[in-house]
Amino acid sequence: MKQEQIIKVGMADLNFAVQGAVLRTTGLGSCVGVTLFDTKSKIAGMAHVMLPSSDIARDSSFNIAKYADTALPELIRLMKAAGAAPDRMVAKLAGGAQMFAQLGKSDTLRIGPRNVESCKNILSVYPIPILAEDTGGNYGRTIEIDSFTGILHIRSVQHGVKEL
Amino acid sequence: MSLFKHLAGLKMDVLKEVGNIGAGNAATALSRLIDKPVDMKVPTVSILPFEEIAERVGGSEQVVVAVFLRVEGDAPGNMFFIIQADSAKKLLQQLLSLEPSENFDYSEMELSTLSEIGNILAGSYLSSLADFTRLFMAPTVPSIAVDMAGAILSYGLLQFGQMGDDALLIDTSFFEGRELMEGHFFLIPDPESFEKIFRALGVPTE
Repeated sequence: MKQEQIIKVGMADLNFAVQGAVLRTTGLGSCVGVTLFDTKSKIAGMAHVMLPSSDIARDSSFNIAKYADTALPELIRLMKAAGAAPDRMVAKLAGGAQMFAQLGKSDTLRIGPRNVESCKNILSVYPIPILAEDTGGNYGRTIEIDSFTGILHIRSVQHGVKEL
Repeated sequence: MSLFKHLAGLKMDVLKEVGNIGAGNAATALSRLIDKPVDMKVPTVSILPFEEIAERVGGSEQVVVAVFLRVEGDAPGNMFFIIQADSAKKLLQQLLSLEPSENFDYSEMELSTLSEIGNILAGSYLSSLADFTRLFMAPTVPSIAVDMAGAILSYGLLQFGQMGDDALLIDTSFFEGRELMEGHFFLIPDPESFEKIFRALGVPTE
């Protein structure tokens, strides 16, 4: 068996993979892992989004991978440059949990659901269809997408492994 | 890094002392609770990229028990009391003499006990800090989670997320020597709180 190449995507980070390489991000809590996949060119992309909108950025030279509204356009641009076509892309989402469910009242603490909503809004602009999602809940997730099959593997402490 | 560039030596020392006083009291409280000596390491104050904060407790995917409290008042921030899953089991064994359940399953009783321990410790951390700085600080009701460290800690970094990609962490680890139980206190003051803490302690801010 061929050794899989794993490309790590950090918190507030994004990247793409080709030729069967695997994109991986660990410990998604309220952050959302957005994966895009172009079935024809076999190019996969992943963004680990931390906050819903760059409107709240208080530093001028912010990291565009951090916010949903700046990370997704950048990811799509990178994948396009690598040969993917936005109209063939499909999306899968994971994460956006409320890690401390008891604290769901204030807006900061509802950040998970807000992140998911914002990612969906941005995808709908293109539009890129959302094939599947595993979002919400109160637990963390580690995800991997295979750039050959587009299958998204999701692992959590309480619920084991599932595939989307 | 622009957010922290003016945090020179003296200020870092002050923050270290903040961790020292707070965690010292909390360690004493823990020691009374389990009736065993608890040692504490010298606190570290570090400015870390988000990614590396979880490394302090074994990496992003390491399963930990975390009690989270939001600190409200004059100098708001986030506080975590974090123990490795196996240390948490040992702590429960000592306190409740419970036969620990397997894996990552915790009963309601166990979770609520750990949450209460976190509450007591965080309370003593904050009250000593409040006395020292004469700032008003009150913890919210604690929440507990047993999950991947990365998923849990990212929650405490949201306030920093709007400012940059680093957070300032005051980390104190403590351990009960014989049983090798280890835990951490993380205090992550909100970006706006530093000036208030410095001013309260008479550190020149300009």
